[in-house]
Amino acid sequence: MSENVQIESVLRKRIDSGKKALVVYITGGLGEDWIQTMHSVIEAGADVVEIGIPFSDPVMDGPIIQMANDSSMESGSTPVTILNDLRGENPAAPLAVMTYYNLAYRMGHERFASGLASAGISGCILPDLPLEEFDIWSESATNYAIETILLAAPTTPDERLVELCSRSSGFVYAVGLLGVTGIRSELADSAIKIAARVKTATSKPVLVGVGIGTPEQAVQACEVSDGVIVGSAVVQEMLNSASPEKVGELVSTFRNALDKNC
Amino acid sequence: MSLKNPNEKGRFGPFGGRYIPETLVPACHELEKSFIEAWEDDSFRKELDSLLSDYAGRPSPITECLNLSAELNCRLLLKREDLNHTGSHKINNVLGQALLAKRMGKKRLVAETGAGQHGVATATAAALLNLECCVYMGEVDVKRQELNVFRMKLLGAEVRSVESGSKTLKDAVNDAMRDWVATVEDSYYCLGSVMGPHPYPWMVRTFHEVIGTEARKQSEEILGTTPDVVCACVGGGSNAIGIFSGFVDSDAELVGVEPAGGAAIGRGVPGVVHGMESFLMQDEFGQVLEAESISAGLDYPGVGPEHSYLSSIGRARYESVTDEEVIEAFQLLSRTEGLIPALEPAHALAWISRERDYLSGKTVLLNLSGRGDKDVGQMMEILNV
Repeated sequence: MSENVQIESVLRKRIDSGKKALVVYITGGLGEDWIQTMHSVIEAGADVVEIGIPFSDPVMDGPIIQMANDSSMESGSTPVTILNDLRGENPAAPLAVMTYYNLAYRMGHERFASGLASAGISGCILPDLPLEEFDIWSESATNYAIETILLAAPTTPDERLVELCSRSSGFVYAVGLLGVTGIRSELADSAIKIAARVKTATSKPVLVGVGIGTPEQAVQACEVSDGVIVGSAVVQEMLNSASPEKVGELVSTFRNALDKNC
Repeated sequence: MSLKNPNEKGRFGPFGGRYIPETLVPACHELEKSFIEAWEDDSFRKELDSLLSDYAGRPSPITECLNLSAELNCRLLLKREDLNHTGSHKINNVLGQALLAKRMGKKRLVAETGAGQHGVATATAAALLNLECCVYMGEVDVKRQELNVFRMKLLGAEVRSVESGSKTLKDAVNDAMRDWVATVEDSYYCLGSVMGPHPYPWMVRTFHEVIGTEARKQSEEILGTTPDVVCACVGGGSNAIGIFSGFVDSDAELVGVEPAGGAAIGRGVPGVVHGMESFLMQDEFGQVLEAESISAGLDYPGVGPEHSYLSSIGRARYESVTDEEVIEAFQLLSRTEGLIPALEPAHALAWISRERDYLSGKTVLLNLSGRGDKDVGQMMEILNV
């Protein structure tokens, strides 16, 4: 099967035009209008949307995304209902799922990868699947042209960073701080440092995520990175039962800030 | 010959591995390296041995249960881990890990706890070795084990109540891991069982092998041979792997006893959570199920990977008992031998009691992994005293 570079090419297009990339995370199945929220987020300027598939034990996620997970699962969401909801939606931007490895393991790597592909999903992030355990999933992902985005952490040593970047597709997810997802009052110094380190290790797009909660923080992180991933701030709006339009408005503030200041 | 070491990817057969966020991968590499160096260092081993003997009270004795043996028609021996300082086997592992943390220059211990035994042991070691200590404990367990919560605080530890998910051990592990992701530079994650990412299952087992080594020698002195059956309760499985380690090369039948509501091997299928690939109670989509057991210490939907391996090769078998059977066994040992067991090892005794026909005439070694002081309040309520 041909290599899928949908996410990477969309991001590259944005970056090559002198702009910064914006990836927005929303929790799948959270609220009845979550599909409309996805479209609204894209319309507001997200280049790629990450769809979180809830897992019972999300160790990389802070309180906001945990709460969103629980709420989505309580309303009956499963990986299957979320992928079914997405089928045939033809969103105007590529999608990636973010979930934990056991869901892929349980469904079977091939079935999970084919399920993503048939729901129109281009990418996958599994934050608890490190390089050492990556091969078996990577093979199935490649078979179904799924781009697997790997995470680089502030603690990752340089040599490992090079290998990690070479195996990541779509983009490289630079984890901005030591900690789990969530909103912080200030951008961590580590966000700039890790972005700079990853940029020297790869020519792939480098996006900073975790701890990017405001447009100002996004702009700051983009001094070095090619873009940002915004999750908890958007999910908090969804938890507040904000309408799809309202969530879109929040995303616009990020888009506008990046376009104006970077 | 003892239990095998895991392969270079941290696997026992197909089980184990290292499934953790990238942030923690370098920390696990460092830990693995530090553990190997420490274990090969005579001065580390000496320091640990003297703490185990002079501070924790090792070796723990073996008690032959004359009254209960007569009632069950077998020859029942107890390995008395309940007599260790802090009241359970947990101290063996914690002293090893706390010394290692110190050696690695870490300032703070993070731990999860179910029944509170591992939390108390960790708080104890932290007090002794002058380390900060933060223990995560599910809200449900905080309520049912309030004495241990007080003990931890008395020892200077901070206890954080975990309100997510099932509010028990599984969620305490999640929050301890989240803490570690944020504090990995200064903090040491002192995991309480033979679970988690490599090297934990192997390292924690190594620190508990002292149970099996002692028990092998002691039981041979008493019996002139090894016992027919070696039995222990299994949540994550640390006390069981400790005693199994002394008998894996003998003819002894190895039996792990899980709670019916948390029988990872009995009712689970392979899965990945908390850093390891092992048997796991989960739904058809891979969502981890909430365990339900009378015993907070066994209230865990997964199991250490080496137990999954021992089960898969048929070297150990895993049975389960109900809460009702455990309540019976708790009273049985108290009444017949004057020993109030913790609810956890009462599971192993419940199996022995139920299988008395099968065990008739056999020699049985039970690992009495902890004492029941922490459980008497809960039992008072259950028995409506």
